[in-house]
Amino acid sequence: MSRYIARRLLQAIPLLIIISILIFVLLRSSGDPLATMGGRRVTRPDDRARLARVLGLDQPIYMQYIYWLIGNDWVMIDVDGDGVPETQGSRRGVLRGDFGNSLVTRGKSAVEIITERLPNTLMLMIPTEIIILTISLSIGIYSALRQYSILDQVVTAGSFIGYSMPIFFIALASMYLFAVNFRKWGLPYLPTVGMFDPKVGKTTSQIIWHMVLPILSMSVISISGYSRYIRSQMLEVISQDYIRTAYAKGLSERMVLIGHALKNASIPIVTLIGIDIPFLLGGAVVTETIFGWPGMGRLFIDHLSRYDVPVVMGILMLISIAVVISQLLTDLVYGWLDPRIRYD
Amino acid sequence: METSFGPTAPLAIADAERSPLSLGQLVWLRFKRHKMAVIGVVILILLILYSVVGAFFFTEAEANHTDLTLKFKPPSSEHPLGTDVIGRDILARTIFGGQISLMIGLSAMIVQVMVGVLIGAIAGYYGGLLDSILMRFTEAMFNIPQLPLLLVLSKMLSDKIPSVNLFGREFSGSVVVIVAVIGLTSWMGLARIVRANFLSLREQDFVTAAKCIGASNASIIFEHILPNTMAPVIVNATLGVANAIINEAYVSFLGVGVMPPTATWGNMLNGAYKYIESAPWLWIFPGGLIVLTVLSINFVGDGLRDALDPRALVETE
Repeated sequence: MSRYIARRLLQAIPLLIIISILIFVLLRSSGDPLATMGGRRVTRPDDRARLARVLGLDQPIYMQYIYWLIGNDWVMIDVDGDGVPETQGSRRGVLRGDFGNSLVTRGKSAVEIITERLPNTLMLMIPTEIIILTISLSIGIYSALRQYSILDQVVTAGSFIGYSMPIFFIALASMYLFAVNFRKWGLPYLPTVGMFDPKVGKTTSQIIWHMVLPILSMSVISISGYSRYIRSQMLEVISQDYIRTAYAKGLSERMVLIGHALKNASIPIVTLIGIDIPFLLGGAVVTETIFGWPGMGRLFIDHLSRYDVPVVMGILMLISIAVVISQLLTDLVYGWLDPRIRYD
Repeated sequence: METSFGPTAPLAIADAERSPLSLGQLVWLRFKRHKMAVIGVVILILLILYSVVGAFFFTEAEANHTDLTLKFKPPSSEHPLGTDVIGRDILARTIFGGQISLMIGLSAMIVQVMVGVLIGAIAGYYGGLLDSILMRFTEAMFNIPQLPLLLVLSKMLSDKIPSVNLFGREFSGSVVVIVAVIGLTSWMGLARIVRANFLSLREQDFVTAAKCIGASNASIIFEHILPNTMAPVIVNATLGVANAIINEAYVSFLGVGVMPPTATWGNMLNGAYKYIESAPWLWIFPGGLIVLTVLSINFVGDGLRDALDPRALVETE
């Protein structure tokens, strides 16, 4: 087992390097960070040239990548442009946890900016994921057991519609109904924008209140997809012989379903969770934009629009690392759920 | 299409002991039984008619005409769907936006299918080192989340491509960028399916036979093996159109997609959430059209999946 984990981790390294090269080349070759410098204009040509040398943008792209990866504190760089390297490099590189400094927020490192926002996103995404899993498991199991019942058909039709909805449509529609129209009708209405009402302050109840609509919008789509999937998995499992055997030896329905059927049906569900986890970190760009939630998604789009390469690169790498790790975890959970799967 | 499914077709016909049906007829029979898929086709035809026939009533100049005295007008007899932030007629914009959105959906799907099939076919057919390299690349692309990647690419490229003139109409370069970017970030699933099918098909006798008569590799890949794996490609392509339309909408909604004045259903929604209280018609109509389109395409895709399933082909009626 430990050999398997070690091998998978070793395989992850080249994969992450390919990913980082792809992203790096894309970001570096297609935008000029100096053009905006985070909204500030750098007008004088020699200032620009100097900045380019400080940031290492005058180097060929492979050198830029190497500096990004392992830093440049082992070489002298030429800041004043006379062709003689004289200043000690100061970047320590991604491998030593240095993603560079933000170009937009002066004096802050990309890592600081990201870790500031990460809790906000997790605060929103973890409850969402829990709600999605609980509701879609209940719906999926129920529809599988009562196949072709009225509720099953309603749910199946509804989930098809929900699955086809772009998130912004659900978000806008729910805002329109629960915030705008509820207020018009004199009902208690939900807040639409931000994490808390500045007048009240950042209290727990305020945050929960502001989380309702974003969570609602995000869960509708995922619940639609997942419950269909869980339904079909359960249907496949409960028609198998070992379930009949379990019933035949007199186990209660509850025991058969939870202990026997669900355990096997949950393998594909684990795949889904494994795919989701990285996106919990990445946040939801569209949802966070609409609801003004100060999370990673907003951070990404805000800094992307100002070509803040270190931060954007940091977010993308964070998500990619999470993808690779959660794939490994998913595979390990498979082995635990289904003893027939062996890794050696 | 009739000859596309070599190995399965004779089986299906032999089982049905009556006037033999061609494969196309069998697929159509099964597709027809999927009521929602048929409704989906009808709605799609209506949507295409809406954006094509509508263009006879408005010109694109009218759709892009701004009149600040008319901004935020609610739906009325003069502007049936209201006007937007700078007084453009929403009805005319949904018509021309529909053309662009549907066109982006289709073209991005074509890009996606071409790249996916090519990479999947080459990796599966040649195997070995080439396969490993291509699949590592596919895996790397898979692991970069699509929406952020789309945003990065379209943001970075949007001002680099000049406008193009097609069919006498001016398309801003961002349309081309969006098509390319969506197509190039959504081929991975298809490539994996095609590769898996090629891996098993290349060992079959008809491939050996084709090699014996001296067919070239290209001919074996595209004329002998590919037709046998068309079913998943067709289903994937159909659903790909829906995904491309949604992705265009997301990117344009966030303001880095297709640039105004060219309308798409997606960029009509850009900023609409700020006026959710005062002008709901800004998002209801374009948003509703996107939902309707995507829903119909998904129904059609579902119907096609059932109709093209080779196991299902055997038991007709």
